[in-house]
Amino acid sequence: MASNEQSTSNAPVEIKPIRVLIAKPGLDGHDRGAKVVARALRDSGMEVVYTGIRQTPQMIAEAALQEDVQVIGISILSGAHLGLFPRIVDELNSRGIDDVLLFAGGIIPDEDIPTVEDIGFLGVFGPGTDTRDIIEFVRKNAPSRD
Amino acid sequence: MLQAEINILELEAIINGLRNGDRRSLARAITKVESDSADGREILRQIYPHTGRAHTIGITGSAGAGKSTLVGALARVQRKRGKTVGIVAVDPSSPFSHGAILGDRIRMQDLTSDDGVFLRSMASRGNLGGLSEMATGAADLMDAAGLDVVLIETVGAGQDEVEVATAAQTTVLVANPGAGDEVQSMKAGLMEIAQIMVVNKADLVGADTAVAQLKTLLAIADHGSWIPPILKTIAKTDEGIDMLADEIQKHFDHMRSEEHFDVERRNHVRGQIIDLTRAILQRRLIATTANDSTLETLINQVAERQRDPRSAALELADVISQKWSEY
Ligand SMILES: Nc1nc2c(ncn2[C@@H]2O[C@H](COP(=O)(O)OP(=O)(O)OP(=O)(O)O)[C@@H](O)[C@H]2O)c(=O)[nH]1
Ligand SMILES: [Mg+2]
Repeated sequence: MASNEQSTSNAPVEIKPIRVLIAKPGLDGHDRGAKVVARALRDSGMEVVYTGIRQTPQMIAEAALQEDVQVIGISILSGAHLGLFPRIVDELNSRGIDDVLLFAGGIIPDEDIPTVEDIGFLGVFGPGTDTRDIIEFVRKNAPSRD
Repeated sequence: MLQAEINILELEAIINGLRNGDRRSLARAITKVESDSADGREILRQIYPHTGRAHTIGITGSAGAGKSTLVGALARVQRKRGKTVGIVAVDPSSPFSHGAILGDRIRMQDLTSDDGVFLRSMASRGNLGGLSEMATGAADLMDAAGLDVVLIETVGAGQDEVEVATAAQTTVLVANPGAGDEVQSMKAGLMEIAQIMVVNKADLVGADTAVAQLKTLLAIADHGSWIPPILKTIAKTDEGIDMLADEIQKHFDHMRSEEHFDVERRNHVRGQIIDLTRAILQRRLIATTANDSTLETLINQVAERQRDPRSAALELADVISQKWSEY
């Protein structure tokens, strides 16, 4: 809470929850995992923009731009991560978005994790991850917006 | 360079970018306004003279009434008519965690790849921000950014419905068939905030009954020179949306006509100022009571039935205005 003096004057009391975009690219329609993560982040006080399934890299980047999110979480089950992730990063870069935290969830083989991290996805969370770990990761690494 | 100077340059860049149609600047400006930061207030102050071109349209109604689907359909019609479209979609924040899931984009996926559309989701953030403060601010930014039409989606819930009415120039109230009780419980007062009534999901049974009920309510409502039309739509299949867009345009023309312009504009601005003031006072009330023992003392007294809640509220109001006048 702000000090008494501040809160009773007209000084702004800034409200800044972390804003996260959760997207599900690819053609499979399973978004249960994505929804579980979205709800967990919501329950930890974050504002989660949920875009739904079948998102193209271009749609994800455009939504991230319009929503001005600090964090993007991609849920992927199709095995297309090595093809999709670089395209998502390209679409973000072409819009000048270079200050978002990227993480991925879903099925990503261990041997691909270094590559995925190189592409720019700082966090990779496999099936069965405790959502508390994701919350902590986001809290710790989300860039601030001011 | 001093931090303050850097900040001024950054704000200037955002404002210039926004006015030149740079989408990233618009997005960043909304973030600053939404958090009610000092920067946000400065941006709103500077861009206001550049607003007034856009037509702001509020879409309100109960949860699941089909508002997002309707907004998506309306946006497509507006695009066909050559207009650019801004959308502010407000979803409620959780009263427990203060977090929110903002899911309105799901129903407007096709609009994401259209660069004539800018869609921003917003959480209502409880009482702290004040819905009208944020929604009006975002709509003003979209207006200044040159978007022709701004659609504001809100879940109607008492006060919010009234607030969206002042954030927008034209308010569309969305009801569903079969929601007979719902329609009946819409007090005449609620009718008065809407300039257009829509019975969406007209493919379901009971649409005509709902229309008839709305008509009855409308007959006893107190509207001005504009008589609200009642329309049926099937947002899911775009049915009736062209006609809705026509009625929205008619209301805009009515508002802008020489005869009504001054009165309408002054009424709208009056509502805005009063709502924004209410939000500011509400925020101050919360902040003051959080830092003062008066409320706790009063709670104890009323809980013990040593006094009545009304006199306690009056005393609290006195203490608060006393404190405020010291600043
Ligand atoms: N039968 C029928 N269903 C519709 C129609 N319009 C929307 N729906 C459905 O109603 C459900 C809710 O639609 P939304 O557009 O998300 O409703 P909303 O009012 O935005 O919902 P909230 O934002 O959650 O309050 C979806 O399953 C839509 O497909 C319609 O005209 N007819
Ligand atoms: Mg909706």
